[in-house]
Amino acid sequence: MTKVIDSPELIDPRGPRVSASITLVLLIVAFLTHSTLLIFIQLIQFAVGGFISLKKSPYGLIYRMIIQPRLSKNFIAEDIRGPQFAQKIGFLLAVLATIGGVAKINLLFSIPVIFAIIASFLNAIFDYCLGCEIHLLITRAIKR
Amino acid sequence: MKSEVTLVLVLLLSSIYGLWFRNSRGNVKVHTAPAVSELEIGTKFGSRITLLQFSSAFCTPCRATRGLLRDITKDLSDVKHVDVDAESHLELVRKLDIRSTPTTLILDHYGIEIGRAVGAPKREQVVNALTPRQTPRQTPRDK
Repeated sequence: MTKVIDSPELIDPRGPRVSASITLVLLIVAFLTHSTLLIFIQLIQFAVGGFISLKKSPYGLIYRMIIQPRLSKNFIAEDIRGPQFAQKIGFLLAVLATIGGVAKINLLFSIPVIFAIIASFLNAIFDYCLGCEIHLLITRAIKR
Repeated sequence: MKSEVTLVLVLLLSSIYGLWFRNSRGNVKVHTAPAVSELEIGTKFGSRITLLQFSSAFCTPCRATRGLLRDITKDLSDVKHVDVDAESHLELVRKLDIRSTPTTLILDHYGIEIGRAVGAPKREQVVNALTPRQTPRQTPRDK
């Protein structure tokens, strides 16, 4: 058996999915009402989830306090770096959208929000894993 | 009004992609690729079949896949499960055209690919692919 990357931290994979559902609803409302404030709230979630701790991020706390106690304890824990990577991508999009919203550049607000809606929709509904699908492709293209 | 139309369209297209994504992931499909060598994966092949799993740290179903494949192979002495980190085997990843993780290759004892599953594989499909096929001509009655 060759060396397998073992994660420093594991996570209940249902958490990020619930998180993606809350993100999706918030982003849809933000997109329809053109609300920079809502995008800014989402930006905080992405920043904490992507760079500090998923478990301590606002949606992570909602999941752990309200939803997880009601679910089965029977789950296979997964590497935290996958969902963290997705939060970082979300962070980038939210930064762009916030700039677009503050500077009143319509497309700079709408396009990143649309991409974030697509990613959170696919994650929430179809269990799409952004890290699985694009991280290796990017590494393959960049690293020699 | 324009935002609503855009949103509906985006969600519709995402749903079509999502359905394709869900249906295509985890199925064992016949696929041809250049042969793999024991040197490239750093370990010996199984005597009949090797399940070569490509994982990465950025992958959510990789641990579940590892557990599943270990469980399937634990009682099969001629089938070996090998898990490699895709991002530290980039040359092999390009050669075999691995695009996402987990991807599991089913290799024969020469290292030739006989099938692959992209995404967390479905148990019954893997078990089915591992079941030895008896060719009718080899049955004793024909001798």
